Amino acid sequence: MTAFSNFISTLEQQGIIRRSEITLTPAKVWQIEPKEWGNCARLARDAGWRWSAGWGEDLGDTLRINSLIEMSGDYLLLRAEVPSQAPELPSQTPYFLAADRSERHTRDMLGICFLEHPDERRWTRHQGWGEDEHPLRKVFPLPGNPPEQTPPDKDYPFVKAQGASVYEIPVGPVHAGIIEPGHFRFQAVGETVLNLEERLGYVHKGIEKLAEGRDPEGLARLAARISGDTTVGHAWAACLAMERATGIEIPERGAYLRAIMAERERIVNHLGDMGAICNDVGFAFAHYQFGRLREEWLRDNRNLFGHRLLMDLLVPGGVAMDLDPKAIDTLDTALNRLGRELDELLAILDRNTTLGDRLYTTGILTSKTATTLGCLGYVGRSSGQSFDVRREAPYPPYDQLKVKVPSEDLGDVGSRFWIRYKEIRVAMRLLRVLLGRLPAGATRADFPVPAEGAEGLGIVEGWRGEIVTYVRFGEDGHIDRFFPRDPSWLNWSALERIVLENIVPDFPVCNKSVNGSYSGVDL
Amino acid sequence: MWRQYVKMLKTGLKTESLRKIERDLDIETLGVEVRRLVDKNFASSLAIRQVDAGSCNGCELEIHALNNVYYDVERFGVHFVASPRHADVLLVTGPVSRNMEAALRRTYEATPDPKWVIACGDCAMCGGEFGVSYASCGAVENVIPVDVKISGCPPSPAVLLRGILEALGKRRKKK
Repeated sequence: MTAFSNFISTLEQQGIIRRSEITLTPAKVWQIEPKEWGNCARLARDAGWRWSAGWGEDLGDTLRINSLIEMSGDYLLLRAEVPSQAPELPSQTPYFLAADRSERHTRDMLGICFLEHPDERRWTRHQGWGEDEHPLRKVFPLPGNPPEQTPPDKDYPFVKAQGASVYEIPVGPVHAGIIEPGHFRFQAVGETVLNLEERLGYVHKGIEKLAEGRDPEGLARLAARISGDTTVGHAWAACLAMERATGIEIPERGAYLRAIMAERERIVNHLGDMGAICNDVGFAFAHYQFGRLREEWLRDNRNLFGHRLLMDLLVPGGVAMDLDPKAIDTLDTALNRLGRELDELLAILDRNTTLGDRLYTTGILTSKTATTLGCLGYVGRSSGQSFDVRREAPYPPYDQLKVKVPSEDLGDVGSRFWIRYKEIRVAMRLLRVLLGRLPAGATRADFPVPAEGAEGLGIVEGWRGEIVTYVRFGEDGHIDRFFPRDPSWLNWSALERIVLENIVPDFPVCNKSVNGSYSGVDL
Repeated sequence: MWRQYVKMLKTGLKTESLRKIERDLDIETLGVEVRRLVDKNFASSLAIRQVDAGSCNGCELEIHALNNVYYDVERFGVHFVASPRHADVLLVTGPVSRNMEAALRRTYEATPDPKWVIACGDCAMCGGEFGVSYASCGAVENVIPVDVKISGCPPSPAVLLRGILEALGKRRKKK
């Protein structure tokens, strides 16, 4: 708290900020003079704050820009308002690299000009709408005015490398495997990667705009489809934001069931990733073994929860399912079985020197870079970051649990492999406690009609890391603004650093070790 | 290495017969034509190019599951290929985002005739939760012709398998 109050009093004395009457749990809200927006970021960075999320809102005559920063579990929501006619304010990117793509997204979607932003290029906008159109402005209709056929985005000015023997490899948007679309532009010499530039936005579906006018249940359904592998995480963040906006508390049993599903989602995804990392270096045995374990858990999901990926089970006010005592026994047995299987498998993997040869020292992300980029989840934690919302800013039911946060510090693909294993073990321990202590009672509370202007912030630890979701209600309890920030926003740029000096054929395994969500950032 | 072999032997054969997959998941009986193909053990081979045209990645996860040991789709001669030029079938997921429209059209053009398109999942079938907007063209058939549709959000591997078998049936007929 001292760092927090020191920082605040410094800014207050300098007249940069004033306290806002509203509090958006867990964040304190401060109003910033627009011209001091960049300056404030500089001070925050110098004081050791982490940039977490940024988004804009159309309030009619003014546009509001939000930046969420965090230190030791304290969240601070910085807000500035600029006139809709000439919206400009200094960029925070020169001080927080993490804000880069977020500000470009806000520029594309709302037409806010971030002065001194180091990158003038568009991010989310391809050729679907014009440069002077901004889909998140209220005057922009949802159907828009798209061309008969959207032309390919072929003139995007990629960074060029020149020199003897330098060549370029364009990859995507349609990749060779069964993965999401995105474009990667490599510059290489021989086999060595000189530079990688990501160009995403291909799966932009207008989620933020689509959310406007939805009712709470409709928003939960949409949130469940922001990123199919994080359906529990995003639905939880959206529901938590809506519940905080209306001030209701969900029944304890509902919160426990949410956590059980979130931990299951973590385990299932980590199992899939560990198998896929092994597959990318040609170790089929592990790929099939992990795939088998994952499938067994997905089947338990279907049989006991009602959906293989646990989609649409989290609803505003609680959960739309319940577990009977027999199901809890089944889940306990499955936990014991998974524990035994992992013991056997990990002993095999640990002794496999060829696997080690491919994973260790490949794709290193230094702790310094991870801090600068604000990397989250397993990407951050395998490079010396220790942040975990479940521990630093716990929400029910994690406020009643002790969450151990594992870490690795080598920052290579091997670290990102083993951190997943450690996180599985932590999640398994949590599941045992959650199942053992599962309180009796209702699983769902009535969700009241939210007041106009009610707003809430949902911050949860998804399997990829911290998810931040902002919700503001408009008329008749319908959504006026929804912004979900997937952890991939901050982890994708790490991949550009990770592959440098590595060989092109190691890109797939580096990419898999980060496993950013395309859909989660394209929105 | 010894431990690895022990683990393999202990794990045993997990691949399930098609009949078991269907019964377990209460799938409607497949059409007579498809059933005949099942009995013949899929003498023919089907090359599939999967295209994510805007999906949330949910469908991709379940398509991946088709390759796990339980479903092992390759035993039916169905395999996923890296290029549309090698493909008989395009398995398209997601509402088609405007930013993917050109890429999807080009992938379709790059696939040699005769070709079949499977719209996989609710979004691909009808636009799903996303529909048509400034950012989305909605259903796959709004952009390229579609032969088979598979519903579900996402469709489970068993449902996917049935859809692919249906496409295989159509493929036989078209010959």
